[in-house]
Amino acid sequence: MADTNFDVIIVGGGPGGYVAAIRAAQLGMKTALVEREHLGGICLNWGCIPTKALLRTSEIYHYATHGNAFGLKIEGVSVDLPAVVKRSRGIAKQLNSGVGHLLKKNKVTVFDGAGKLNGGSAGARKLKVEKDGKSVAELTGKHIILATGARARVLPGLEPDGKLVWTYKEAMVPEAMPKSLLVVGSGAIGMEFASFYSDLGADVTVVEVLDRVLPVEDEEISAFAHKQFEKQGIKIHTKAKVSELKRGKDNVTATIEADGKKTSLTVDRVILAVGIVGNVEDLGLEGTKVEVDRAHVVIDKWAQTKEPGVYAIGDLAGPPWLAHKASHEGVICIEKIAGVKDVHPLDTGNIPGCTYCRPQVASVGMTEAAAKKAGHKVKVGRFPFIGNGKAIALGEPEGMIKTVFDEKTGELLGAHMVGAEVTELIQGYGIARTLETTEAELMHTVFAHPTLSEMMHESVLDAYGRAIHF
Amino acid sequence: MPVKILMPALSPTMTEGTLAKWMVAEGDEVGSGDVIAEIETDKATMEVEAVEEGRVGKLLVAEGTEGVKVNDTIALLLEDGEDESALEGAADSAPAPAAEKPAPAAAPDDKPATPAPGAKPAPAAAPVAKADGDRVFASPLARRMAEQAGLDLSGVKGSGPNGRIVKADVEAALAGGVAPAASAAPAPAASPAPKATASAEGFEPDFDFEPASGMRKVIAQRLTESKQTVPHFYLTVDCQIDNLLALRKDLNSRSDEYKLSVNDLIIKASGVALRKVPAANASWTGDGVKLYRSADISVAVAIEGGLITPVIRNAAGKGLETISNEMKELAAKARDGKLQPEEYQGGTFSISNLGMFGVKQFDAVINPPQGAILAVGAGEQRPVVNDGALGIATVMSVTLSVDHRAVDGAVGAEFLAAFKKLIEDPMTMLL
Repeated sequence: MADTNFDVIIVGGGPGGYVAAIRAAQLGMKTALVEREHLGGICLNWGCIPTKALLRTSEIYHYATHGNAFGLKIEGVSVDLPAVVKRSRGIAKQLNSGVGHLLKKNKVTVFDGAGKLNGGSAGARKLKVEKDGKSVAELTGKHIILATGARARVLPGLEPDGKLVWTYKEAMVPEAMPKSLLVVGSGAIGMEFASFYSDLGADVTVVEVLDRVLPVEDEEISAFAHKQFEKQGIKIHTKAKVSELKRGKDNVTATIEADGKKTSLTVDRVILAVGIVGNVEDLGLEGTKVEVDRAHVVIDKWAQTKEPGVYAIGDLAGPPWLAHKASHEGVICIEKIAGVKDVHPLDTGNIPGCTYCRPQVASVGMTEAAAKKAGHKVKVGRFPFIGNGKAIALGEPEGMIKTVFDEKTGELLGAHMVGAEVTELIQGYGIARTLETTEAELMHTVFAHPTLSEMMHESVLDAYGRAIHF
Repeated sequence: MPVKILMPALSPTMTEGTLAKWMVAEGDEVGSGDVIAEIETDKATMEVEAVEEGRVGKLLVAEGTEGVKVNDTIALLLEDGEDESALEGAADSAPAPAAEKPAPAAAPDDKPATPAPGAKPAPAAAPVAKADGDRVFASPLARRMAEQAGLDLSGVKGSGPNGRIVKADVEAALAGGVAPAASAAPAPAASPAPKATASAEGFEPDFDFEPASGMRKVIAQRLTESKQTVPHFYLTVDCQIDNLLALRKDLNSRSDEYKLSVNDLIIKASGVALRKVPAANASWTGDGVKLYRSADISVAVAIEGGLITPVIRNAAGKGLETISNEMKELAAKARDGKLQPEEYQGGTFSISNLGMFGVKQFDAVINPPQGAILAVGAGEQRPVVNDGALGIATVMSVTLSVDHRAVDGAVGAEFLAAFKKLIEDPMTMLL
């Protein structure tokens, strides 16, 4: 009989849960991880990673079909969809088993099943592990961390069916290439799929209920990206909503409402990307003090729920719904439990956000509008890709880097980017924000030439009227 | 432009010193590293070396000048090719004396552990340093914000990684009433706290809320630390002070140059008693006991918004007149908020006197890291038994609070016996 007493039990093996488990083990805690489906969670199996694999394919396809721009004659390029999907799945599988090895190496005991709180009291919480409706283990933990993640939000009338109306999951494993596609929602997930299918030749329409695409980003960045998407042939309806989906045999007719007018659009497939809801069900929260608000578990700054000894991290605990937020939250939660010195609560203002559509979008900190709303007098710097030698050499002259500083203190309030490879650039500003640098240190930093990162320097200089190359 | 030679700071707390001696004359050629002057502070005499080479153009401060402010221009050095005409006007643009950094009240060492009562601006663009020479770790943003607000970071506690001071700490310090000073004038006085009338919740009666001033926070923090971490014990003796009162009257009648108070005599007696019982002049460090060689007496002075403890250095070695005049000056400076850090830091023993309020006897809280504090009650006529006969005497009760980690009961008692003897037979203070 396996040991059933643990210092910490983590329910959910996604990027929040498995990272927390490894950190707990590193700190010498006896750690168990309960996972009902596959280690690595959505991120690694059905989210971040496999979509990046797909987007790499569409990116290369884009270059291959635009070879003449680079002096190449490339002929006969075509998409082998099953192979594209197979590559994506293979990468997910590889990382999934990688997580298994990491957990084993760190001596984390993994239980296959769904975890459910089952009484006990602070210091000795009970957790039941069920598989296919049968109880497979009864565990006791001093601390239990819930990290069960989230799933796609469903709007009434637009329920996905897995065949004609997809969520991210079906969209990731298409059997055939849809000729036309409707994407509902223009957040990160929606725009990444829009880019992927559009670049591979589908006729893509995006409907967004708010007034702009990528609505969490800075307005200028949204507007810039919007233009680029349209240039690529993606049709975008903002301030619009899909009120009805009529499912045909192999197509769907959507009713789109905008400005009080209804239009209909027939497409092969529909992808729903209208947000997510936390997986708060079947966790045994009933009868505990754990509070749930709008499908998310309520926590304090140390990820503690209202029930002593029960914690929640990641998507389950609310926005921003990002894998790296979940991981970091998990580490903080564990370190706080372990009494590690110098643990700091998560500063959500320092969490970068990345969208891997084409062009890529990345940001950290406050948008210009948010900064002004918060009462800052701001200095704003902008630098276009067209002013950067490396961008031109790459054949990527479309994009911009925008920085927002507090006029008085020189605090870097936010940085916003759109263009090639900006998802790799944003971390420079993330470090700057965490170290609380001002414009002065950024100006003093020597950026390598020729790199795209030089634009980060120029944008800062521009905020103070000192840009060199534009 | 001639090179300005500035009055150097020989210690982090030094604000002024005496230019004891010039080692060069006008017209002398000096090289880098040559000794050009000797500077004296209350603690030491130090040589000043030239950092650049040139010809001494003008000595602006005469030998023996006291109270030369740190960073005042004391001489001008002519560079190659410059003649005396270059000197004109050069001295006028001398920089203003740099502001001194604040430090917490009554810390017998120089380490500021807590925000000072009232912050003063740090010298602009200087690397922020704690008074003990340690670097202050602060984010660039925190430094910028502190500079703009005139906040000295050496008194701010950092909450970032490894105690680094971050934006949030500066915001908290500014919000917490560590008032930025507009001028370089030292101002250890409490900033006037706005009163707020708050409606009480529940059954709590209405109240006025005064946000804590910097000084209030220092008092709260240090005395909480003292009562919670220092194992106090208390020893009380009664002293007959008729002889002392007579001596005081006699001495005061001889001159108008001074007016001794009973407290001045108590300061002197404490200093002498500590010299007689040096084991009581002690401080617990965590891994040992510091035995101070000099009895530097911190005297609690009530000021608006709190209290502060100016220090009479080497009380045993000073005459009563000196002690009395120093005490008057320090108390006045304390009330005006003009005490310099070295004037209220670094005592080895404290006295708190509430006799003037008619308090008969009380127990004072030790002022860490000192080892003891003497609480002095009122001198009042009481029935006493002397040599088997009932009589009336003026009696003053004093209570010594002692840190048992540094000073044991017998040593404390020995000190009190020596003190009582000096007070009751005050002529022996002369011995």
